[in-house]
Amino acid sequence: MASTETMTVNMGPQHPSTHGVLQLILELDGETVVKATPHIGFLHRGVEKLSENRTYHQVLPLTDRLDYLAPMHNNLGYVLAVEKLFGITDMIPERAKTVRVMMAEITRLKSHLVWLACHALDIGAMTVFIYCFREREMIMDMYEKLSGARMTSNYFRVGGLSADLPDGFEKDVRHFIDVMPGHIDTYEGLLTGNIIWQKRIQGVGVIDAEAAIDIGLSGPSLRGSGVDWDLRRDNPYSGYENYDFKVCVEQGCDTWARYRVRLDEMRESVKIIRQALDRLQAGPFLADCPKICLPPKKDVVNTIEGLIHQFKIISEGPKPEVGEIYQSVENPKGEVGFYLVSDGSSNPYRMKVRPASFVNLQALPQMVQGRLIADVVAIIGTLDIVLGEIDR
Amino acid sequence: MGVETLGDNVITTSLDKLVNWSRSRSLWPMTFGLACCAIEMMSTGAARFDLDRFGIIFRASPRQADCIIIAGTVTKKMLPVILTVYEQMPEPKYVVAMGACACSGGVFDTYSVVQGIDEYLPVDVYIPGCPPRPEGLLYGLIKLQEKIMRERNSFGAAIGIGEVVNNA
Amino acid sequence: MSVEAIVQNLKGKFSSSVLEVLEFRGETTVIVKKEEIVAVCQYLKTSEGFNFLSDLCGVDYLGKKDDRFMVVYNIYNITTHERLRLKVAVSEKDATVDSVSSVWGTANWHERECWDLMGISFNNHPDLRRILMPADWVGHPLRKDYPVQGPGRALYQGGLS
Repeated sequence: MASTETMTVNMGPQHPSTHGVLQLILELDGETVVKATPHIGFLHRGVEKLSENRTYHQVLPLTDRLDYLAPMHNNLGYVLAVEKLFGITDMIPERAKTVRVMMAEITRLKSHLVWLACHALDIGAMTVFIYCFREREMIMDMYEKLSGARMTSNYFRVGGLSADLPDGFEKDVRHFIDVMPGHIDTYEGLLTGNIIWQKRIQGVGVIDAEAAIDIGLSGPSLRGSGVDWDLRRDNPYSGYENYDFKVCVEQGCDTWARYRVRLDEMRESVKIIRQALDRLQAGPFLADCPKICLPPKKDVVNTIEGLIHQFKIISEGPKPEVGEIYQSVENPKGEVGFYLVSDGSSNPYRMKVRPASFVNLQALPQMVQGRLIADVVAIIGTLDIVLGEIDR
Repeated sequence: MGVETLGDNVITTSLDKLVNWSRSRSLWPMTFGLACCAIEMMSTGAARFDLDRFGIIFRASPRQADCIIIAGTVTKKMLPVILTVYEQMPEPKYVVAMGACACSGGVFDTYSVVQGIDEYLPVDVYIPGCPPRPEGLLYGLIKLQEKIMRERNSFGAAIGIGEVVNNA
Repeated sequence: MSVEAIVQNLKGKFSSSVLEVLEFRGETTVIVKKEEIVAVCQYLKTSEGFNFLSDLCGVDYLGKKDDRFMVVYNIYNITTHERLRLKVAVSEKDATVDSVSSVWGTANWHERECWDLMGISFNNHPDLRRILMPADWVGHPLRKDYPVQGPGRALYQGGLS
C-alpha cells in the first residue's frame, strides 16, 4: 500500500459557492476532506464599535446590514432589545405587533427563498434559482412599497413602525400568500423527487442532536437534528404566543432533514402571515411615549410638540437607565440576540450581536470531515450562512 | 456613425469601432459578491432584470472576465484578495464600484473598512445606493458600455501599438 | 425550577464564588469569581440543565470600574427555556480567564472573537487565534481606547449636519 500525502486546497474567499467571502482551507486525501479550517472576518465592518458611537435610534440602520437576507428580523431583534431596555415593551400597540409578525414571516420566506436558490444552484439546479428569485421579487416589491427600499428596509422603529401600511398593501400580501403555497410545491416538484438532489444531500453533513447543541447550532439547522426548539414558541416575543403554528422538526440530522425543515417552515410562515392579516385591525402603529419614540413625519411637520420631540431625539437621543439586557429572536438562520449594555447615556455602551450564522458555521469542520470535497458545497449551503452577520 | 454601406453585403467601419462594439456587447463580469450588494447583483442576473440580454454573463474565473463589479464593503482583510483577483484578469479590464461602501466606505467609517475602492483600483463607473437597485446596476453597466464605445486605438493597443486613448 | 431557585442552589453550592446577583427587566445576572467560572459553568450545565451557550462577549469598562473588563456569558436551557447571565470581572493587568470551551464547544469561536476584539485571553483554549481581524493586526478594536476609525486617522467630527 503506497503511502499518500495530503494536499491543501484553498477555497475562497473568492469562490462562487462560499456564499460570500468565506475562506476554507481544506486538507484533502484524494477527494476526501481530512480537515477543514474556516477563515472568516473578510467582511468585518466594525458594526459593534460603530454602534457605541451612535444613539439608539441611529444604530437601527446598521442592523439591516448584518443579515442582509433577513433585514427585518435584525430590526425586530434590535428594536425589541431597545424597548426592553427602556421598559416600554408593554406599550407597543397591537397593530404594530401584528405588522411586525407579518413582516417577519414574509422576511423568513424571503430568506429561505435565497437559501433554496443558492443551495440548489450550488448543487447544480439552475432552474430553482430562477424560480425562487422570481417569487422573491414579489416580496421585494412589497418591501419597496412599505419602506422605499428593496433590501435594507429599516421599517421597524423603537416603539412601533416608521409608518403605517400603505394603501392596498394587505391586498398584495393576500395575493402573495394565495400563490406562494403553489410555488413551494413547484420547488418541491423540482427537487424532492429528483434523484440527483436526493443523492447529493441525503446522509451528507450529519450532526447529531447532542453535538449540535454543544456547538451551538440554532434555528432550522438544529431542528433538522431533532431538537424541538423555536424561540417564537418557547420565548415568544411580539405576540407570537397568539399564533397557531407548528414547529417543524426532522430527525434525520442530515442536509436532507434540514431541507425538509426549511420547506415546512416556509409553509408555516404562509399560515402565520394569513393569521396576522386576519387579525390586523386599525389603530395606532407607534407607542405613546414621545420622549423615546421618533414621532411620525406627519406630526413633525404639523405640530410643535412633534417637532420638539423629533429635535430632542435626533440631537440628543433618549437615555435609558443603567442596565443590561439580552433579547433574541428566531431569525431564519437561528437565534439572533442583541446584548445591550447601557451606562445611562444616549449611546449603547456596548452592543453585542449574537449572530446565528457565526455559531452555525462553527459546526462546518466537523460536518465536512471525512466527506468528499463536493459535499463541502452542499454543507455550506445547508448551514445557510450569511457573511454580513458572521463578520459584523 | 461613420458606417457606410457599399452595395448589398459590405460594411466599412473603423477597426476600433468593431473592437469596441464586440467588447462592450460581451461584457463578462466576475462573479464576485462581497456583501449586501451581491444579492442585488444576483437579482439583476435573475429572471426579472436579466443581464444576459445585454450580453453580460457572469464568469466565475478572473481569467475569463473583463470587468469586476466590487459589490459590497471592502475591508482591509479582503483588500489583498481583491487586488490579486484584479491582477489575474486579462487586459482590457474595467472596474465598477457598486454601492456606497465600494464608492466611499458608506456608513462603515471604521477601523476595518477601506474608504472607497478607488484608493486602490481605477474605477470606471460608480453606482451609488445602499444597495443600488438592479436598475441602477443596469444603468451603470450600460454607462460602462458607452464608455467602452468611446475608446480610441483599442485595436492598435490590442496588437501592441500604443495605448488606448480614453475620450471621455 | 425558576431562575431564583437556580440562583439559590448556585449560592448554596458556590457560596464564596457568587459575588453579586442583579435583576434588571426580569433578567438575572450573576457575578462570579473569575477563578471559579469553569466550575460554575460545569455545575450549571450538568446539574441545572443550561446546555446552550447563547453568547459570550467582553465588555470594556475603561475608567468606570476597578477591574477593566467583564466577560459575559449568556446561557440558556433548551428544555425549560430559561436564561441566565454570568459575569466575571477581569483586570487589565491579568486579562485572562479560564476557557469554558470544555463545557460548551461553541465557546471556542466566541472566545477567539473576544480575544481578537477585546484582548482578553483564555487559558486552556484549544486554538486561540485572531478570528475576525487579519492575523497581523495590531491592537484590539473593541477596547474603548481604540479609535473607531482606527489609529492614524483624524477623528471625524461631523460633516454638514
